[in-house]
Amino acid sequence: MNASPRYRITHATEYRYGETVPAGHHLVHLQPRDTFHQTCQSSQIHIAPDPATARHFLDYFGNRVTWFNIQEPHQNLAVKTISEVQVDPYAPPAGLICPSWDEVGEALSTALDQASLDARQYVFDSHYIHRRAELAEYARPSFPAGAGLLDAVFDLTHRIHDEFIFDSTATTVGTPVLEVLKRKRGVCQDFAHLQIACLRSLGLPARYVSGYLLTRPPPGKTRLLGADASHAWVGVFFPGYGWIDFDPTNSIIPSSEHITVGWARDYEDLAPVKGVITGGHRHVLKVSVDVEPIAAAGAVSPAAAPTPAGNDGLSASTANVPTN
Amino acid sequence: MSPETASNLAAPSLPRGFAAGYSPRMPVSDEMLEADGSLRTHWRMFVNLIDDLGRDELIRRWEQARRLIRENGITHNVYGDPNGLDRPWSLDLVPLLVPAPEWRAVSEALSQRARLLDMILADLYGQGRIISLGLLPPDLIYGNPGFLRPCHGITPPKGHYLHLYAADMIRGGDGELRVLMDRTQAPSGAGYTLENRIVLSRVLPTIFRQCNVQRLAPFFMTLRQTLTSLAPANRENPRVVLLTPGPYNETYFEHAYLARYLGYTLVQGNDLTVRDSRVYLKTLSGLQRVDVILRRVDDDYCDSLELYPNSFLGVPGLVQAVREGTVAVANALGSGVLQAPAYLPYLPALCRHFLAEELRVQSVRTWWCGDAASLKYVLSDMPRLVIKPAFPTRDADTVFGHDLTREQLDRLAARIVARPGDFVAQEHIDSRTAPVLLNDSVQSRRFVLRAYLAASPEGFSVMAGGLTRVTGADESLVVSLQKGGGAKDTWILADGPVNEVSLLTSASRPVELSRGGGDLPSRVADDLFWLGRYVQRAEGVVRTARCVFGRLMDPTAALTLKSIMASLLGKSAPVLGDAIDRDLADALFGSADAARLRRTLDAVHNLARALRDRISADAWRILQSVGRDLAEFAALSHSTADDPLAAAIELLNSMVSGFLAFGGIAAESMTRGQAWRFLDLGQRVERSTQTALLIRTLLVDVSPEEGSILDAVLEIADSSLTYRRRYLTQLEAVAVVDLLVADDGNPRAIAYQAAAIEEHLAHLPHDPGHPSRSPDRQKALDLRTTLQLADLAALCKATGEKRPGLDALIQGVLGHLNSIAEHLSQIYFSHAASRRLISTAPGGSL
Repeated sequence: MNASPRYRITHATEYRYGETVPAGHHLVHLQPRDTFHQTCQSSQIHIAPDPATARHFLDYFGNRVTWFNIQEPHQNLAVKTISEVQVDPYAPPAGLICPSWDEVGEALSTALDQASLDARQYVFDSHYIHRRAELAEYARPSFPAGAGLLDAVFDLTHRIHDEFIFDSTATTVGTPVLEVLKRKRGVCQDFAHLQIACLRSLGLPARYVSGYLLTRPPPGKTRLLGADASHAWVGVFFPGYGWIDFDPTNSIIPSSEHITVGWARDYEDLAPVKGVITGGHRHVLKVSVDVEPIAAAGAVSPAAAPTPAGNDGLSASTANVPTN
Repeated sequence: MSPETASNLAAPSLPRGFAAGYSPRMPVSDEMLEADGSLRTHWRMFVNLIDDLGRDELIRRWEQARRLIRENGITHNVYGDPNGLDRPWSLDLVPLLVPAPEWRAVSEALSQRARLLDMILADLYGQGRIISLGLLPPDLIYGNPGFLRPCHGITPPKGHYLHLYAADMIRGGDGELRVLMDRTQAPSGAGYTLENRIVLSRVLPTIFRQCNVQRLAPFFMTLRQTLTSLAPANRENPRVVLLTPGPYNETYFEHAYLARYLGYTLVQGNDLTVRDSRVYLKTLSGLQRVDVILRRVDDDYCDSLELYPNSFLGVPGLVQAVREGTVAVANALGSGVLQAPAYLPYLPALCRHFLAEELRVQSVRTWWCGDAASLKYVLSDMPRLVIKPAFPTRDADTVFGHDLTREQLDRLAARIVARPGDFVAQEHIDSRTAPVLLNDSVQSRRFVLRAYLAASPEGFSVMAGGLTRVTGADESLVVSLQKGGGAKDTWILADGPVNEVSLLTSASRPVELSRGGGDLPSRVADDLFWLGRYVQRAEGVVRTARCVFGRLMDPTAALTLKSIMASLLGKSAPVLGDAIDRDLADALFGSADAARLRRTLDAVHNLARALRDRISADAWRILQSVGRDLAEFAALSHSTADDPLAAAIELLNSMVSGFLAFGGIAAESMTRGQAWRFLDLGQRVERSTQTALLIRTLLVDVSPEEGSILDAVLEIADSSLTYRRRYLTQLEAVAVVDLLVADDGNPRAIAYQAAAIEEHLAHLPHDPGHPSRSPDRQKALDLRTTLQLADLAALCKATGEKRPGLDALIQGVLGHLNSIAEHLSQIYFSHAASRRLISTAPGGSL
């Protein structure tokens, strides 16, 4: 059975400025990268008005970036990406040799292989994430001495899911992680930042993953177009193996319903759309995301959801060591 | 001489020669004296020459130096101190002396170090081999906030990151100079070094010549050549700009000074813009391509799009322009990463790796606590160490272990253990001292010497000199101008006579004649326009106040006074009726109106500070002295002097003279370029506005004491003399209005300003695509003709208590002036619009 679903993702962002903006510079992270279990088969980006200059390149973390500037007076900016992505199901290998969590920091500080050096990026403070004793303390019950890294991180993922309430009105992009911890409310991005901050406060390498999630309509209802949203979760480094993702908002290990756009230290490194404009005292932002399952060549109906994590047999691709 | 200077100099005791009164603190060794108290060889000539001057002359020279510093306006800003802006530079009369052979060895060693740092930067922003080889712990890069990931993979021009590098050095008791800190970001102080040299060589000209002091100019010539060579290929006459964070930065004076000295345009981030991934300077004549940016803005603040998002000191899009090689930035973006003491322990091994040589200039011994063995040592020996952040943070603190109590040490140790990678410890060096001439003696102070290197085709060349900074107090170990220390010139003493060199003579190329000025940045034009306006506005307030104070002394002038008070305070006359009998002086000294003057003068000073590279030292000094007068004036309100009124009038007179002198400089000493036009436009627009307001307030209503009122109006508008010459003592409203409004031969009249405004506008760059007269010029023409055609006799006719015709005329004038100012702002200053950061909201639902 072909269990690798394909998706067409349409991500449209529109800024409406309160007055005419003479010029703007922008940086967008909207086109999905390939991962060891994901292939971006096509991706187009449409920008209106036409940019005077646009450049496409990979950022430091290997994510796809578009840099552009608009030099004509404009009142709206629209950026729309349409991407087709195939995702192979994933589950951590059954026989994963998992180090105990308290050996990881130590091992990583001296390892000089490329994978470990890369992981070392993700143990430090970043723009939104600062290591704090309070965060280590919150995480501690999931991390008894000698516990296996996978179990411990999974436990923390469950706890955040269980103890925090999803509330899109409770926070903004600037709400500090400690504030989220106090209020026990937030959105996916807050939970991802919180979990990363907890892990880094324990000396563990954790990265921010940005992407999308397939949503299912309630039984009997049809799918609403554009009702989806961008999503964020967490990646954790397992020495000797590679990265495994955890989604604290949904308390799962992403399999084939999460589509990865990119990863970095935190949201600041890969905000989907950001820019600096001249003037423009106010603006209204409208974002719509649509994740539509599409038929793979000769594939089964998209309604046949992939088997959740922990099924028998790994696909060949998941056995590969993740590459960056 | 100011009283303060006099008291400082009261009793200098240099009894039997300069060195005789000097006893450096034991047991440290000293720059001037050997351990046995005798003079070091290379100090003998200097000390002899100083002794030849004699004590009185030395003190006179010292005074002269202080005056030069004040007059040249050499200042630095102290953060977090409300009075810390424009603090005079504190320069010692005694230079630090270094013999040329010693300096040559230091230079070679530093040049090796600069090459090494440049290679480390290229590796860190390239392949990162030194990390995978284990020569540098990965945390020093990944945990270093100065590592700018967006700059990774960018190859700067010719592969070089460092163009101007400085090393802070300290000399231990063994006589060896060791590096305390590498300055790879945007080292400050080279401009102050120049100023120190100018002051000292002027105050001690003979001694300077006889000591064969090596010149600084060759260094700056190298720097200029290097910066020019960085320009992208095929750019004939590359434009180099100096990017400053702006007038509130600690060393803004220096930025303005260096820009002027090197011949570069001084710009703030907002003066530049990126179009089509190229950098342009926004000028009155449109966008002009920029090829090289010498930056004094920290690299992470240079592009809010790709680097630190909350900064508007930089240029959005700059990183991409650098990536595409359309502009060169010196030092390269990202080079601040090495300005961290945590690197010091790894330099010797890195030097062997890159250069196959031993590192020739040692660093002060440093332990990075992220290394387990170093951490163990540091914790065991904290009282003897100096603890610092591993990476410079904006609120960095340095702690001397021996200053801490047991409890404080324990707390610090706990902080270190929690995050060892964030700390370094350095050995505490009992450094050598140098002699400093203080108020009444020669005293010893510790010092740090900052040496400067500029990249050159052959590697790096070292400035023959440097900035020596001394501690503020005898016992202090911290060298910081922020904390009250001072500076010294550094003399490298050559063995023989030194050739004269000046940056102004260039052997290789004939000078290209230029009468430019077309590159005036829009922001500067805007600032100049407002400087002109505020200076005139302040002058208007002062002249009005002087008129009121003059009449306060005249008991017969009560009614006139009321009306003038009304004008002065911007209130209608009846409201003030009662105040007349109260203590008027009190009302004036401490009132809203002193506050208004203060605000206006504050605006003048802020603009003048931002324009330091555009206005002369004389103009700056005049504005400073007006500021001092005003401070004294404000203090009069709680003065117990017998006659505060007389003192007030004296100060007001002095301020008026200051404004006149400023106007004189603008008129006589500025070239007739666009800068002058905008300053003058501002003055003209404001002067007309002031006169119009004066007439509206005092002459539209007919007063029973019209004579006194007219007299006051003429005085405030500075036209009494002309009037008396024409009409003797006969005061008539229509004649006064004619002289102040319509007479285009009176430089104080509105018509005269209107003609000047029209002429200025005709000379400003206009859109050539615009066929007819632009709206600003239409308004100016309209204003001038309105005034020419006005039938003043009819307009000044009173209907009852009012002159409606005059009122309408004046309203029209004010409307025109306003509209001219608005058009100017739209056409020329709109580039200076603010910028905003936008970002998508956080990821959504589920």
